[in-house]
Amino acid sequence: MARFGFFGEGLPGIDLEELKGRLIVLEGTDGVGRSTHIGLLKLWLENTGHAVLDTGMTRSALAGKRLKQAKEGHTLGGITMSLFYATDFADRLENEIIPALRAGFIVLTDRYIYSLMARAIVRGSDPEWLREVYGFALKPDAIFYLRIKVDDLVTRVLQSTGFDYWESGTDLHMGEDMYESFVRYQKWLLAEFDKMVENYGFQIVDASGTIEEVFEHLRARVDRVVAQNGHRP
Amino acid sequence: MAGGMKMYGKHRLPGRLFVVEGIDGSGKSTQLMLLNKWLESEGYVVYFSEWNSSPLVQDVTKRGKKKKMLTPMTFSLIHATDFADRTEHHIIPPLKAGAVVLADRYIYTAFARDVVRGVSPKWVRDLYAFAVKPTIAFYFRTPLDVAMKRILGGRDAIKYYEAGMDIGLSDDLEESFRLFQGRIIEEYEKMIDECGLVVIDATRSIEEQQAEVRRIVTEALTGTKKTRIRRWLDLASLAKGSPA
Repeated sequence: MARFGFFGEGLPGIDLEELKGRLIVLEGTDGVGRSTHIGLLKLWLENTGHAVLDTGMTRSALAGKRLKQAKEGHTLGGITMSLFYATDFADRLENEIIPALRAGFIVLTDRYIYSLMARAIVRGSDPEWLREVYGFALKPDAIFYLRIKVDDLVTRVLQSTGFDYWESGTDLHMGEDMYESFVRYQKWLLAEFDKMVENYGFQIVDASGTIEEVFEHLRARVDRVVAQNGHRP
Repeated sequence: MAGGMKMYGKHRLPGRLFVVEGIDGSGKSTQLMLLNKWLESEGYVVYFSEWNSSPLVQDVTKRGKKKKMLTPMTFSLIHATDFADRTEHHIIPPLKAGAVVLADRYIYTAFARDVVRGVSPKWVRDLYAFAVKPTIAFYFRTPLDVAMKRILGGRDAIKYYEAGMDIGLSDDLEESFRLFQGRIIEEYEKMIDECGLVVIDATRSIEEQQAEVRRIVTEALTGTKKTRIRRWLDLASLAKGSPA
């Protein structure tokens, strides 16, 4: 039996038996430290002799560049934007993630369909519809959800990049200013993530600690996933 | 904001949506053009929905095709993205305004094409669940040979994806096109009952087909808005000077 499976109606022309690597997802809202931890995990895994592919959202060869422009111009409607993201994701899944898994790599992905779905839901897309659309995605070996409270997030974001237009959901006109908008938007996103914890089997990692603490925690769990041989439960 | 997404068959919009479907060379575009002329002459507010979606999405589609980067899945998704843009910008707003919207090809094109490429029939139907259900979807039924003659007789060269060259049916472009379109016809035939397509026999004369289309459309137009365009001749009568 194959290690991997699809969520729903899968991709045509893929032999799941051929996929040997591990697919590990880091999820969590904007500014929670996902990319830092992906970088650290990659270093550690490579040091211990594993081949690693790290990948993230909106970077596909097909749609990545245009998607970035679409965000900047924000002229596309909600459903269109959701599907543009889905296209970009499918391109990365088929052209980066699956070939790497076939070659036995450990794939660390900075977000996965869950972030895409959460963002689409708060912009009005139907959750059931999204679930069907993303039925072509591979089920990951593990999903680590870096969870944080909005208050802690605000402090962290202010110290680093400031409030970004999209991360504040400014297109949704939710508050009088960027701060109000950021807080409300992120609370809404977090509520959507929390709903997914059980449905999709997220493993919660408390992201309010120091980088060292969070990394130690993640490393122990990733170690377990990598050590698993053969089939998944 | 959440929950604002309406699903197929659930939209309640005052306008009317007529779409034409069929393989290349079925003559559907000619029939739609004639329908458009007639509706305008009858005074309806007609909006012809062309595939003029966002340049951003179009760019990706074009580039993907040109560089042959598309898999059946990304082919399906990028066309759905394009269609979503068309729905959100060029179909729903005019329908809200009570217009008659005409579309050359609709979701059934995607159902046929993507399934022939190996995508799951259920998945592609779920994907397009946001589409507005048309008032009438005409299917111009054409035997493959008739369509092939019309296409090979004129028009531009057959394109790579139109011929389904990406799925490896044949190395020969024309042969691949024939095989691919043959399978598309099979999918359309399955959809007649499933999706309630109205079949027009496209082997008949252009005039006969158009007469039937107009008859069916007329029945579906009861209660639809017309413009009150004052023609110059009518207005000119206002300027008649009365003899002093």
